[in-house]
Amino acid sequence: MSENAARIRAVLKDHARLNRDAETLDDDSDLYQAGMTSHASVNVMLALEGEFDIEFPDHMLKRSVFESVGAIAAAIGELTEGR
Amino acid sequence: MTATAYDPIAFHDGLVRHGLIVPAGVDGIFGRGAVFEDVLARFDKLILGIAEKDDAQVLLFPPTIDRSIIEKTHYMDSFPHLVGAVYSFFGKELGARQLSEQINAGEAWGEHLAMTHVCLNPAACYPVYPTFAGTVPEQGRLVTLFAWVFRHEPSIEPTRMQAFRIREYVRCGTPEQVVEWRNMWLQRGVELLQSLGLPARSDVAADPFFGKGGKMLATSQLEQELKFEVLVPVISEQNPTATCSFNYHQDKFGEAFGIKTPDGQTAHTACLGFGLERVTMALFQTHGFDPAAWPAPVRQLLWA
Repeated sequence: MSENAARIRAVLKDHARLNRDAETLDDDSDLYQAGMTSHASVNVMLALEGEFDIEFPDHMLKRSVFESVGAIAAAIGELTEGR
Repeated sequence: MTATAYDPIAFHDGLVRHGLIVPAGVDGIFGRGAVFEDVLARFDKLILGIAEKDDAQVLLFPPTIDRSIIEKTHYMDSFPHLVGAVYSFFGKELGARQLSEQINAGEAWGEHLAMTHVCLNPAACYPVYPTFAGTVPEQGRLVTLFAWVFRHEPSIEPTRMQAFRIREYVRCGTPEQVVEWRNMWLQRGVELLQSLGLPARSDVAADPFFGKGGKMLATSQLEQELKFEVLVPVISEQNPTATCSFNYHQDKFGEAFGIKTPDGQTAHTACLGFGLERVTMALFQTHGFDPAAWPAPVRQLLWA
């Protein structure tokens, strides 16, 4: 999980257009509060699909799934379970 | 009695048979007859009447806008499938001759054209935001527009047009000012349509964003309740038609065009638009193709 969290932070750094350094975010920090717009969250979603070789199903395409490093890690954990 | 049994093709054919609309070759593009136009103009006047005391600034723009507005607002990130960018011929003699030859031979000719600085306006409110740049007054800004808008959505279904008219209101100010105004109008819009005998109701809605990312944007818009529509059954009872649409953009346009409130914060904006053709069609579907036979209270409101 912690390795995933580091990769997620790297994706956020490149795509989330946050107003602070992604490295300083807690796992439960609200990314929208940290400046991620809806459009930026789409870019984060697409970049995570590439980084983790996953595809987010429609029911995961909502704000709460991308609201924090922890929430993203949980979703990715679910999608990569049993790999 | 309704004009047709909620069938898009039967409704389209009925509008044509009664001379209300005139087919013009391309799906979603048609002419409007005198009776259709009379109803549309009277409905527009009715809206202006109920909003008169709001003292909105009147502005009118042509149906073409500065392309940089499309670019600055990231329109193409969300709606690349709807855009109408204007292309023209910039070439010389030889190119013009080749262009003519290809057209006359029935061949494709788009390669000879290049992009101009204008796009067809995709939303009535877009040309307004650059005019708000700077600091808005304490009470904010309120503008009304009458606009032709274009969306590339060819369809035989008469309520889905490529070009149509909107009576638009745009509010700019603090988040509180903007949301309060939006909520006031949401009630007003439903009441206005209901007063015309239309079975109108409001609901949260999402814009038709493009692709997979668009699904996420649409869900986000729904979750934040940023868009509402006033719906009336026109071609389907299960999927009523949006006749009026309310969008709360938060600080999107304030950021894009440098609009501030007096306290130095980025201004928020919201807009609402009545789809004038759609409301007109809803009236014909609900009350029949002959306005002379419409219920007296409806006639009284429109022909007072």
